[in-house]
Amino acid sequence: MSYPVEQNEKFAAYAHPERLVSTEWLAAAIDNGAVASGQLIVVESDEDVLLYETGHIPGAVKIDWHTDLNDEVTRDYVDGAAFAELAASKGISRDSTVVIYGDKSNWWAAYALWVFTLFGHQDVRLLDGGRDKWIAEGRELTKEKPAPARGEYPVVERDDAPIRAFKEDVLAHLGKPLIDVRSPEEYTGQRTHMPAYPEEGALRGGHIPTAASIPWARAAAADGTYRSREELDALYLGEAGLSEGDDVVAYCRIGERSSHTWFALKYLLGFESVRNYDGSWTEWGNAVRVPIVKGAERGSFPVAVGV
Amino acid sequence: MMTTQALPSALAAIVDDFQALSEPERLQLLLEFSQGLPDLPERLKDHPELLEQVVECQSPLFLTIETEPGGGPSGTVRLYFKAPAEAPTTRGFAGVLHEGLDGLSAEDILSVPDDMPELLGLTRAITPLRMRGMTAMLGRIKRKVAASSAVRS
Repeated sequence: MSYPVEQNEKFAAYAHPERLVSTEWLAAAIDNGAVASGQLIVVESDEDVLLYETGHIPGAVKIDWHTDLNDEVTRDYVDGAAFAELAASKGISRDSTVVIYGDKSNWWAAYALWVFTLFGHQDVRLLDGGRDKWIAEGRELTKEKPAPARGEYPVVERDDAPIRAFKEDVLAHLGKPLIDVRSPEEYTGQRTHMPAYPEEGALRGGHIPTAASIPWARAAAADGTYRSREELDALYLGEAGLSEGDDVVAYCRIGERSSHTWFALKYLLGFESVRNYDGSWTEWGNAVRVPIVKGAERGSFPVAVGV
Repeated sequence: MMTTQALPSALAAIVDDFQALSEPERLQLLLEFSQGLPDLPERLKDHPELLEQVVECQSPLFLTIETEPGGGPSGTVRLYFKAPAEAPTTRGFAGVLHEGLDGLSAEDILSVPDDMPELLGLTRAITPLRMRGMTAMLGRIKRKVAASSAVRS
């Protein structure tokens, strides 16, 4: 059973307001017993694997992006059986309303939401502002781990094609809009890794030809919430040059920051066809003979020979 | 196969503790180390320039070392770390290294194998990516200790 969606002025301007909830709304839902009764499942998904244990939103369960959602051997996500088991163990059923939040302006929360969407989970929402906003507002945290009643989750085959792009898809996509959400230093090729993340480097620096550089954080306000519809329009339709109806691919380094942008394009601006290229720069920057552009210019495709 | 016998005794004891536990309990122990990491002394608190950032850590981690006389010909090495409360995994690693290495001689610290963090049995639960931060932290400490004892000798 879907839990009622939040109505407010900011969200109403977005294409899919039902995909976001505010901290006020969640606090009220908790007070109303929606989480305790299992009508609403709250999931915390952080970069830091121990952060949940230091205190979390009352009733929230933890899903670790790396150990729970990634396959341990292949660079891929878990399969339908593993996802069904994970969801059921967290008290999530196929028709549950799930609200996800996390650290670092919801990078990993958006990433988890994207993985839920690969499995076609219908009602999954993001807590606008994430963990940091909840804490900044002095809202309640607990170290008590809930023991949810097991959910009923069927084994659903992952459907990657609509929202996930592989390297071959990106090669076929060249000429259509791409959004590079990494830092300007990574985009130009000055760096092959994100500041402070050198271990995830690549052999080549630069960006995919024609990609617009819109670092992910520009979609977020200072308090970690998504910027208003008007601001996002200016950023993606104005600066990046997207047009309504465009088929868009977003990428970063491993697909987590671009999940944040994917969410903005898909649900806040309403682009029908937006795919996240999770191979991202750690694949493209190490791949043999794929085209790369260095410097601040977007470059063109086909890439001019001899340049 | 590396054994804990090659490690300074305090560090060996920590490794033994981790190895005796199940994986979820190891995470809990790491969390306890994160809580036990001492604050910086007052004289370092207002001087961020005296600390160096270990950029390999996924969260901001700063450290420095100082050498005090006593304990042996080369003196004893004191370790100081700074990491935010929102980065418990990074703090936990710092806590392990602090408890295991603080107050030892430069020779003892330099004798710690570079891949010591692997002995904690956290690689699967923490993921190899996150373990690299700890390896980098140990590497930075050893480089600083080596540089400092080279200057003194």
